[in-house]
This record gives sequence, C-alpha cells and structure tokens, in this order.
Amino acid sequence: MRVSKCHHINRREFIALSTAGLGALVISPAVARELGDGRRPYGERSPFEHASRSFGTSSTPGTGSSRTPLQDLCGTITPSSLHFERHHSGVPKIDPNAHELLLDGLVQRPLVFTLKDLRRFPSVSRIHFIECAGNSGREHEGRPGETVQKSHGLLSNSEWTGVPLKTVLDEAGLKRAARWIVAEGADASRLSRSLPLEKALDDVLLAYGQNGEALRPEQGYPLRLIVPGWEGNVNIKWVDRIRVTDEAFMTRDEAASYTDLMPDGKSRWFTFAMEAKSVITRPSGEQVLDGHGSYEISGLAWSGRGRIKRVEVSTDNGKTWADAHIDGPVLPKAATRFSLPWKWDGGEVALQSRCTDETGYVQPTREQLIAVRGLHPGPDGFNHYNGIKTWFVHKDGKVSHV
Amino acid sequence: MSNRNIFCLLVVLALTATAADLAKQSDPKQTGSTKGRNTVSETAHYGLGRSAIAADFARHNYLVGPKGTGLPKGRGTAKEGGTIYAQSCAACHGLHGEGSNNYPPLVGGQGSLKSDNPLPTVGSYWPYATTVWDYINRAMPYQNPGTLKPDEVYALTAYLLTLNGIVSENSELNERTLPGVKMPNRDGFVPDPRPDVK
Repeated sequence: MRVSKCHHINRREFIALSTAGLGALVISPAVARELGDGRRPYGERSPFEHASRSFGTSSTPGTGSSRTPLQDLCGTITPSSLHFERHHSGVPKIDPNAHELLLDGLVQRPLVFTLKDLRRFPSVSRIHFIECAGNSGREHEGRPGETVQKSHGLLSNSEWTGVPLKTVLDEAGLKRAARWIVAEGADASRLSRSLPLEKALDDVLLAYGQNGEALRPEQGYPLRLIVPGWEGNVNIKWVDRIRVTDEAFMTRDEAASYTDLMPDGKSRWFTFAMEAKSVITRPSGEQVLDGHGSYEISGLAWSGRGRIKRVEVSTDNGKTWADAHIDGPVLPKAATRFSLPWKWDGGEVALQSRCTDETGYVQPTREQLIAVRGLHPGPDGFNHYNGIKTWFVHKDGKVSHV
Repeated sequence: MSNRNIFCLLVVLALTATAADLAKQSDPKQTGSTKGRNTVSETAHYGLGRSAIAADFARHNYLVGPKGTGLPKGRGTAKEGGTIYAQSCAACHGLHGEGSNNYPPLVGGQGSLKSDNPLPTVGSYWPYATTVWDYINRAMPYQNPGTLKPDEVYALTAYLLTLNGIVSENSELNERTLPGVKMPNRDGFVPDPRPDVK
C-alpha cells in the first residue's frame, strides 16, 4: 500500500476501522436480564391478574353466594376458582376416602358406592352451565345490578366429568313403582331435592371432575349431581344419598323455597328449567371505553332447554337488532360466546343482547316477564328472571347499568 | 336344511335359552324374584358397589315424605316446644317467630299472598307440616344442625304450628298425627306452566 501525505484509507482499512468502532459501542451491556422463577407443582395466575368472586359480609358466612366476574372472563369456561357459589350451611371438608354414596329405596339392590367404585364406571365429560334460580333477581325487582357480576354473576360454565346417573341406577335396578329420586348432600344442613325419574335417567351426571381435575370443595368435592339446564339448587353438592321413590318428598327447598309467587296468590313449584338468557359482558357496567374507534361487543348466551340458535345485539335500546357472531361449537345447556365488531363514535349508546334457543323461545324483556309474573317477591325473592339487560355507554366512555 | 337338522337347531336354541335363564338366577347380584319384570335392568352390569346394610341406612336417616314416610317414633307438645324454642331458636327467629335481620320470620302472613305485601312464612306459605319437621330435624339450629332429638322436633313443630294458629295449644304431635295436619296454603301451588311470556 503506498502511503501519501494525505492518507486515503482503502476499502480494507475502512472495514477494519468500522468494525472496531461498532464493536466498541456493542460490547459493554448496561443490565443483564434476570433468570425467571422456577417451576412449581400447582400453577397460579400472574400477580397482575385480580379477577375475583364478589360477596357481601354476613353474620353467617357459610350461607349465601359469591358471584363470578363475568366481565373479566373470555371464552366460555369459568375458571374453577371463579365458579360462583351458593351454600346454605357452609362448605364441608370431606375425606374422599371416607365418602360413600348410598343408593336405596325402590331399587332391586340397595348399594353403597365409594368414589373408587364410581370412577370405575364408564365416564362422560360434558360442558354445562350452572345458574342459580335467583340469578338476576334484582333485575326483576327493579334494582338492577351495576355490573354484570352483580346482575348475572350466579352463572358459571364448566366441563363436568362423571358417570351418568342412569348407569348407576341400572346397576341397582329400578322397581316398577319408581317415579322420583330424592338426593341429599353431606353439608351441615343436608340439603335435599326431589327429581323426576325421567330426568334422572336422561342426562343427569354423578360428577367428580370439574375442568379436568377433581371438583373444588365449593362445587361439591368429592361428588355432586349435575342436572343439565335445571336450577342450580337441584345440582346437589357433596351428594351422599339417593333414594328412589314413588313421590316427591316435598323438602324445604322445593315446597317452600325455590317456588315462585304469582300475582293471583298461587305459587309455581318444581320450576326446574333455566330459560334462554344472554348478557353482554363487554362493554358492561363500570367499565370505561378507551376512546372512539373499534371494539368487540362480547357476551354469553345459554339455555336450559338446549342449544342457543341465535344471538342478536342492539345498539339503539332495542329498536333495531343485528345478528351477532356465535363462537362454536354450540353445545346444549352450555354457555355460548357471542360477539359483534362495533365502532364507537363517541355518542351515547344503549346496548342490549337477545338470544333465541333451539325451541324457538326468544329471550323476553323485563316488561314481558312482569306482565305475566307480577312484582310480588316469593320466599326467596324473584326466581327464574331471564330478561334482556341494557348497558349504557356515556359520552366519556363510562358504561353504566340502566 | 333338512327337517332333522331344523329339529336339532330348535333343540339347541331351546337349551341355550334355558341355560341363560339358569345362569341369571344363580348370579349373586340377581334377586331371583320374578316380580318387577318391567324394570330398567335385572342384572348388575358392572358388579360395582357393595350391598347396603342396616348401618348404612341408620347413618343418614333424615328423609321424611309428605305422607309421613320416614317419621321416627316420637311425640311432643307445643308447651314443650316453647321451652326449646326460647333456648335454641328465639335468638335468630325472634321471641314470637317474627324473624330478625338475616333470619326469616316463621309466623304470620296468612291470607297475605295475594296482597301487595305478601308475607310468606311457615304458617302462611308452607304446604306440608312434614316439611317443617324434616327441615328442623336436618338443618336446625343453624349453628348445630343434627343435634335435636325426634321428640324435640315434634315439640318444636307443634309450637310453630300453634304460633301460627294451625293446631291448638294443647296439641300433641307424633308420627301418626303430624302428616294429617293440613297447612293453610296446602292448595296454593301450581305446576310449572313455562314458557309463559307472550
């Protein structure tokens, strides 16, 4: 290389110098990344997640309900820790190795089953909602819930695993006179309900699994009834006795509570099925929209009489309706997710959803329900309310109940 | 097939059927009874579970039906019930069954169900006295369910029914007389008419 007074660097020198310069910039890092947490035997959610069940304080903490935070959930499955609760005498601690189910009454062979026995029967897994009869009672009353958790939170949806009750009833053999079953739970108050034999032989499950693992204590560990589509109370938790009978036994929870007082002074009883119902969970009460633009209106629809066939959404307080998209597969007596893409232009909007189930039944308005059922609360307030719910979007993006 | 072969076939079929019947009858899970032929199943398919014994029935002996099925032998008067009530029930349900805070009233409201202020209570609403017995027995007192003896439950039931004017003050209730008590709202219930919206 010829060196002259004014040194012109050639290409090779230029590359060597550049690389050295860049290297000088890159080689010293400011902060090393930290290694993450180790493995753990039973996972927890991120500490940034706070969705939780809500309940009031009470002098009888074991009795009452806690509500699922529907506004915080996606998909259709309710995380087991967030499944709503309704207890009448607290949650018992049951040793699964000691728990037995007595099946007696009008059977050929009265039998006792341990959990190990029940797990040896052929099993099925089914996704079903459970809804408390009193869910949304305040909506009927005229004191609507400010959030979807308050207005609709006694509704959850899980995959239940167990043995069909029919299989176990067949094992005992039914006598000709059999017409009903009466099931009792092992909670302190031994809650009991009678069910028609036809339903017991249809799709009732003796369930021990919830979303892939054992039932949670609050959902009946180690064994419960799942009575698809029927009011939560008959899905007896901690079940330890089923008697086959020729009559309903008129327990407190069917011949006093869980009955529906009508304007003529008569009361409906054995009102089992939860009728088609839907609610928008986003945007919903006490949420705030982040300014104008695109959003997804999203919610849940369910029917105790079968599959959801159609969900419609209104953005003008029920004047006009558009079909929402339903996320499949649509399963019978299971919560179904619906959604509708929506552009918010900053104006005031009243949002509603309305569903139709496979029987053709359309979710009614509050006015339609009250016209038939009146406004007199029964012994436990209002049951089986399934009216359309309105959420109001204000100009500042805040969402409130109506 | 020749006639002889048909005959042999029929004999074999007949013998097979008889053998099957004999096998069923000697199955230890089969009752051996010819009654109840229209049951869902006559043989246990899986052989799971054990036969129930007396101790199993004794462990959960709570079910009481509307005709009095399951009511144990026992008796009690309203006067005896009043003493128990004052000690074990009044704190929650009120001195005269009027209820308090969390705890429902047990007395009153008869004839109010059609009015603008219906008051459903044991007396005004519950259709069966046997339900009262069953519920007190299995679930009360709230803090200590399952501690009352049958005589005490008869006494308390009698007391509540007296407070509600359904039985006279010197009535004694027992397993024979209780099912016969007719509650004021016995005919107040109708079956589910839904779907019901127009």
